[in-house]
Amino acid sequence: MSTKDVPLVQARGLVKRFGHVVAIDHSDFELRHGEILAVIGDNGAGKSSIVKAICGALQPDEGEILIEGKPVHFSSPIEAREMGIEIVYQTLALSPALSIADNMFTGRELRRPGFLGKWLRMLDKPAMERFAREKLNELGLMTVQSIRQPVETLSGGQRQGVAVARAAAFATKFIIMDEPTAALGVKESRRVLELIKDVRARGIAIVLISHNMPHVFEVADRIHIHRLGRRLCTIDPKDYTMSDAVAFMTGAKTPEVADAA
Amino acid sequence: MNDVADRSPGATEAEAGLAGAASAVAEFQPRRRTLLDHIQHVLHNNPTLVPVIVLALSLVAFGIIAGERFFSPFNLSLIMQQVSIIGMLAAAQSLIILTAGIDLSVAAIMVLMSVVMGNLAVNMGVPTPIAIVAGFAGGAAAGLLNGVLITRVKLPPFITTLGTWNVFFALNLWLSGAQSIRSQDIDEKAPLLKFFGESIQLGGAKITFGVILMVLMFLALWYMLNHTAWGRHVYAVGDDPEAAELSGIRTERVLLSVYTLAGFLCALAGWAAIGRVGSISPQSFYEGNLQSITAVVIGGISLFGGRGSILGALFGALIVGVFQSGLRIAGVDVLWQVFAIGWLIIIAVAIDQWIRRVSA
Ligand SMILES: Nc1ncnc2c1ncn2[C@@H]1O[C@H](COP(=O)(O)OP(=O)(O)OP(=O)(O)O)[C@@H](O)[C@H]1O
Ligand SMILES: [Mg+2]
Repeated sequence: MSTKDVPLVQARGLVKRFGHVVAIDHSDFELRHGEILAVIGDNGAGKSSIVKAICGALQPDEGEILIEGKPVHFSSPIEAREMGIEIVYQTLALSPALSIADNMFTGRELRRPGFLGKWLRMLDKPAMERFAREKLNELGLMTVQSIRQPVETLSGGQRQGVAVARAAAFATKFIIMDEPTAALGVKESRRVLELIKDVRARGIAIVLISHNMPHVFEVADRIHIHRLGRRLCTIDPKDYTMSDAVAFMTGAKTPEVADAA
Repeated sequence: MNDVADRSPGATEAEAGLAGAASAVAEFQPRRRTLLDHIQHVLHNNPTLVPVIVLALSLVAFGIIAGERFFSPFNLSLIMQQVSIIGMLAAAQSLIILTAGIDLSVAAIMVLMSVVMGNLAVNMGVPTPIAIVAGFAGGAAAGLLNGVLITRVKLPPFITTLGTWNVFFALNLWLSGAQSIRSQDIDEKAPLLKFFGESIQLGGAKITFGVILMVLMFLALWYMLNHTAWGRHVYAVGDDPEAAELSGIRTERVLLSVYTLAGFLCALAGWAAIGRVGSISPQSFYEGNLQSITAVVIGGISLFGGRGSILGALFGALIVGVFQSGLRIAGVDVLWQVFAIGWLIIIAVAIDQWIRRVSA
């Protein structure tokens, strides 16, 4: 069996309880190499919870997660990040009072070369600002006045752009995007969709959580339908219509096979 | 949250309309701004501006009211000396307030550690440098205790440090037997303890080593907060701890380092306080905790964390010193000094609230 046959991520029997609420209820999850996997489901179905469990932001109560066939137990998102896994949180996880450049580099700041960096631990602000500006331009997502301006002075869509740019800039394995276009305009959403395709072209897999069916059907290779805390089924978007998908996720229809893709 | 129903398949058709769209991505309609909006924005971007302006205005005002005597090099350097110890405590306090915490025990740690240094060096004959290092270690340990209670036991900083304030104060009375160590005894057995009381004469001004230490402390912390990753993390943790954790900051470690460093700085202030006061009194600086918070607040550092510059706390401490000196020279009763400082605090917090509202 070649490494390509082993899924990039495989999770089995994940459970996460918050008091009496069962956010993840014995759910499975699979992400394959180089694919775009869309995750859809009703509000509160547990989509954010399951991706958080995979990237270490939540610790599941039960179940196992394998990355490239090896079991992992992330105790924090930092550990997932060290493996090249990035996530755009639904809440964005930006520090409002810090600048765009500071936010792009939180936890992985660049230091000056030589004495200043080694002994005085001085940040290389010019390099970080240059990199941040480059990444935002690549995304073509926004014309911000200054890369030094605090994130709280940006619009909701611009903030989302910063979070997406941050993930895309540093990922080497896969990126999870939890509703990355929810606050974006038509044009900006289009840019993010193009970015998602570009990222896949670089060989990086993507998990896209979205409520926007046209977007999902446009970019996804497979669709994971989440319902009541667990994976209901996965489908191939070429074999089903949007209304089928919506019917499955709302419970109006039951899929005939659990793994149709 | 988006509902599926209002995202019809028409969304992609709608994108066809993009064909002729302008290529500039975000164009801002320059919203008409009143002068007040402008001021609010400028202050939001430069949090130390308010204390600097207040300091300048109060210098001018007291120069006019109290005249020559206020502006003499001697008096100005005296203000610096009077401010130095509370200034150092305010530096430590700023670090903690930037993380959205508060430390009611700073002065208690300081006095306890000067008692420790004095006891070891003067009463027990331990070599003075070792006594001083022991005091530093004790200060760091006391800060670490606060940090552990806050991050591991998850107690609110206010309650934690209210508790440890009392604990440290009691230890201090126990160690000292509620007795002061006299100035002559220190001179005789451990003169190094008074190092920061030494001074250099510059014209009419007397610059003590304690004043120099305070200024260096602020500059070093300013550098650390603005030019190292640790400093950026301190701000991020105070701003939104959850976002900080998710974006890859070990928030607990940052908090522990902040409380430990603050404890160490308090011990350093304890050493400097021996030089400033001359003797070691377990009852001294009883109001130091609140005075340090006063300086930080007047300096424009937000009690909600993540906002403000540490240099603001230096200006805040100086403003308090200038008010006290100016009003005293003008012959105003002490009670009105207290009255004025009280209003300064309230106005400073009101301005902070107003500035914070800009971010919408
Ligand atoms: N930290 C938490 N504490 C308590 N309950 C939680 C927590 N996080 C999630 N939940 C609960 O878990 C369930 C699943 O939430 P989750 O955010 O994963 O849903 P979602 O599918 O992402 O929804 P949406 O489409 O609205 O983003 C919800 O019932 C929610 O109330
Ligand atoms: Mg969600």
